Amino acid sequence: MAAVSNGAQSATEVHDYDVVVIGAGGSGLRAAIAAHESGARTAIVTKSLLGKAHTVMAEGGIAASMGNVWPEDNWQVHFRDTMRGGKMLNNWRMAQLHAQEAPERVWELEEWGALFDRTKEGKISQRDFGGHRYARLAHVGDRTGLEMIRTLQQRAVELGIDVYMECTITQLLKAGGAGRAGNRIAGAFGYWRETGSFIQLNAPSVVLATGGIGKSFKVTSNSWEYTGDGHALALQAGASLINMEFVQFHPTGMVWPLSVRGLLITESVRGEGGVLRNSDGKRFMFDYITDYFKAETADNEEEADRWYDDHINNRRPPELLPRDEVARAINSEIKAGRGSPHGGVYLDIASRRSAADIHKRLPSMYHQFKELADVDITKEPMEVAPTCHYVMGGVEVDADTQAATVDGLYAVGECSGGMHGSNRLGGNSLSDLLVFGKRAGESAAAYAKKSTRRPVAPVAQVNAAAEAALAPFGRKAGENAFTIQHELQEMMFSLVGIIRTGKEMKQALKDIAALKKRAEAVSVEGGRAYNPGWHTALDLRSMLQVSESIARAALERTESRGGHTRDDYPLTDPDWGKVNLIVTETPQGAVKITRKALPKMPADLAKLFEEPKK
Amino acid sequence: MSARDLNLRVWRGDGSGGDFVNYTVPVEEGEVVLDAIHRLQATQASDLAVRWNCKAGKCGSCSAEINGKPGLMCMTRLSSFEPGETITVTPMRTFPVVRDLVTDVTFNFEKARQVPAFAPPSDNKGGKFRMAQVDVERSQEFRKCIECFLCQNTCHVIRDHEENKPAFAGPRFFIRHAELDMHPLDTVDRQPMVQEDHGLGFCNITKCCTDVCPEHIKITDNAIIPMKERVVDRKYDPLVFLGSKIGLFKSTTRQQVGPAGGLGPSPIKHPAPPTPVAVPEPVKRAAAAKRTAAKQAAPAKKTTAAKKATPVRKAAAKKTAAKAASATRRRSTR
Ligand SMILES: Cc1cc2nc3c(=O)[nH]c(=O)nc-3n(C[C@H](O)[C@H](O)[C@H](O)COP(=O)(O)OP(=O)(O)OC[C@H]3O[C@@H](n4cnc5c(N)ncnc54)[C@H](O)[C@@H]3O)c2cc1C
Ligand code: SF4
Ligand code: SF4
Ligand code: FES
Repeated sequence: MAAVSNGAQSATEVHDYDVVVIGAGGSGLRAAIAAHESGARTAIVTKSLLGKAHTVMAEGGIAASMGNVWPEDNWQVHFRDTMRGGKMLNNWRMAQLHAQEAPERVWELEEWGALFDRTKEGKISQRDFGGHRYARLAHVGDRTGLEMIRTLQQRAVELGIDVYMECTITQLLKAGGAGRAGNRIAGAFGYWRETGSFIQLNAPSVVLATGGIGKSFKVTSNSWEYTGDGHALALQAGASLINMEFVQFHPTGMVWPLSVRGLLITESVRGEGGVLRNSDGKRFMFDYITDYFKAETADNEEEADRWYDDHINNRRPPELLPRDEVARAINSEIKAGRGSPHGGVYLDIASRRSAADIHKRLPSMYHQFKELADVDITKEPMEVAPTCHYVMGGVEVDADTQAATVDGLYAVGECSGGMHGSNRLGGNSLSDLLVFGKRAGESAAAYAKKSTRRPVAPVAQVNAAAEAALAPFGRKAGENAFTIQHELQEMMFSLVGIIRTGKEMKQALKDIAALKKRAEAVSVEGGRAYNPGWHTALDLRSMLQVSESIARAALERTESRGGHTRDDYPLTDPDWGKVNLIVTETPQGAVKITRKALPKMPADLAKLFEEPKK
Repeated sequence: MSARDLNLRVWRGDGSGGDFVNYTVPVEEGEVVLDAIHRLQATQASDLAVRWNCKAGKCGSCSAEINGKPGLMCMTRLSSFEPGETITVTPMRTFPVVRDLVTDVTFNFEKARQVPAFAPPSDNKGGKFRMAQVDVERSQEFRKCIECFLCQNTCHVIRDHEENKPAFAGPRFFIRHAELDMHPLDTVDRQPMVQEDHGLGFCNITKCCTDVCPEHIKITDNAIIPMKERVVDRKYDPLVFLGSKIGLFKSTTRQQVGPAGGLGPSPIKHPAPPTPVAVPEPVKRAAAAKRTAAKQAAPAKKTTAAKKATPVRKAAAKKTAAKAASATRRRSTR
């Protein structure tokens, strides 16, 4: 059925599958492997080349309670850490499945050829990370994501799964009507970047695995791909998003030179012993230990330093508090005038570990600073400041199957929501991709098998999608898409960034509305073949819709929690701890917020939080 | 924060030809070539095609030739050039141009398919693996590869000889073979395959690949030379000869795959060629309906029908054109 016109305008090639996975990061590849192994005809679609998705950039590791370093570790402890890290707003069932299944998913990678660093006994080595009680992250130096994506990519290629590279999906197709009106998923529509020609992939099951949204913020560790396409595609197809107000600012992004501002410095630097200091040379994190974590955090340098060798009799250093806590602390130090020359604080590993150790444990960090900033991290401290890193919010899904609220639609990885609550622990994303990737692939395949009547999207829907995609070419003398993108990024970072106020967010919503208008008038120059100006013009729609979702949800939540800090509501409110915010699209294409009670945790799991805390 | 103006010469065009275009773009201290290209794109040439993702030397997307030297645009700092020097940026020469700085690197994905996957002993399950750090380190060096394909682009065996491409996997895949060969638990005998099917013999150890590798992988010293030595040892060692006959050594557990080997149609998809037929509207609808009916009748079992019908390679004509174009570029660069 390949490469035939479907009768739509402007020749669209058509292919038929059982499962179409949009995204070739860790979650998409894992889902495609699972779907293929369940017997489904499966296709992977990706905006970039295979192996280049964001997952490749992950550094620190994959969290899984294998207990290779600390035999005391087990899934219950991992579950508890995850829930507490997310300030109890996580979907408990997802957090449970994640903690239970992560070790097996990691071992499976090893069977497919991944080569993790080893312990003395020859097992997979595990390293310390913020918010994790025990050393828990399986890793390969500081290039764990590369190992993971390469392993999965090689597995997918070995299985012969079809791959559509540099192919961007712009709309989900539905049977029975377009967008929210349709009743079930019928496939996906998009364009080839290379030629600009259109492609239609028919399938009863579509898995969204499109990653995050960070490109809407000026200072970010995320790439051009992170325009929130999956989030927007889901909304437009009638599905809902959850927890969109929670955006993670990673405490340690590079600040200098300007050109690399926001580039990530892995948390492993702190896991390996690095500490944060202000311009007075003070290890300031001891001043920022909140009551919530007091019982498990060292309050003096001696205890903190002993902890690296003895986790049982000492409490963890405050540098390894969850990311939201550390990011806020750094922000306060900078605001108080105790920052570094380029507006950051110091992250010091040079004075704490030998040069040889640093080369061995953090090779790509060494590289990154040497080559991009002329800084030798074995001799000097790094300058760091928070950077937009991860979105906790995403498509609302069923915990066991990853099914969204629209039949045939699944979401997994960073573009799905619920698992991480209000704040994600480091290392919990890569494991999330694997655990739920497998589950999503299997359930998408099962649903496709079950659907005896293949859903069909009407030709008019495909025509409309093609028309929408080509619209910027038809407009003359409009603005350049990059200008609008830059303005959105500046605005989101300053008004809906790490510290928020009601007033600023109302302003943000006004600005978004104005930018939306301007985006509708954008025009592009050049032709359809590999034209980044055009691609950016189309990405704007997703970026604006996602930005609006974040701002509206953030305005609604009048408290501070995890990745959502309100200057006008600085306290965490127990009542808000019982609700998730749900985002849907209105018939006018605006976003709407509704409240939804958190699912209740069963008694046997709830008990884990009553334990006497050390 | 000293801003200054940079003169850039960027190759612009596609498979049918192209030329250099001169630009002047403001740049700031600490910036890299990719920053300059991005600013150009945002302010003067919004349709300038360029690949990038991480901007941190981690994804291997932004490979190009900068003043004739293959490198990553995101890791090449502007301060490494003389102030006032014009910087010339061209696409990788060994692969067909798609547009501007973007090339068609399908060659590499096809080569990747030909390397048989890791095959651990069937009784050794994940979680049970025990490997010493020293034993995995050699392979780990090769797994640092970010698939920027700069080594492939630089290797003269294919850079100047299109005709060698079918029989030559290239340095990226020599290290992939080496990685698997040195994996403590792999069971496939890879040495004859590398030599006979993947063209290790073409390599004359010029080390150009090692020189351009942004990950500083010692491709030649640590992968190619050891493999060449072992292949030679095996050929002349009577005991190994005997061993391979009576099955004392690693054996090939998978189908023999080489450039000619029966791998089946490629799963790597490309845009379909444009469909020229303009069918009147009602007929189109009918055809669509018919196809839909056929689809519904078909059971949803695994089939390769869809794959078979897809043209998997670009037209040869396009490649030739691109080669001609790159030849022009070559002339004008030097
Ligand atoms: C610098 C950095 C370091 C990190 N380190 C860690 C770590 O140590 N541990 C950890 O657990 N997590 C880490 N994270 C987070 C983690 O890497 C990501 O959350 C995770 O990789 C996301 O994976 P994914 O599969 O959801 O999406 P991605 O890997 O981002 O893949 C998204 C895919 O979707 C495709 N796509 C998107 N939109 C479309 C569209 N419209 N059409 C077609 N395709 C589309 C893209 O092309 C891409 O292939 C890190 C993140 C960053 C940025
Ligand atoms: S050493 Fe061999 S593989 Fe590397 S560039 Fe030279 S000939 Fe090519
Ligand atoms: S071996 Fe080095 S040069 Fe070759 S593709 Fe890998 S990273 Fe690039
Ligand atoms: S953009 Fe990733 S290597 Fe240059």
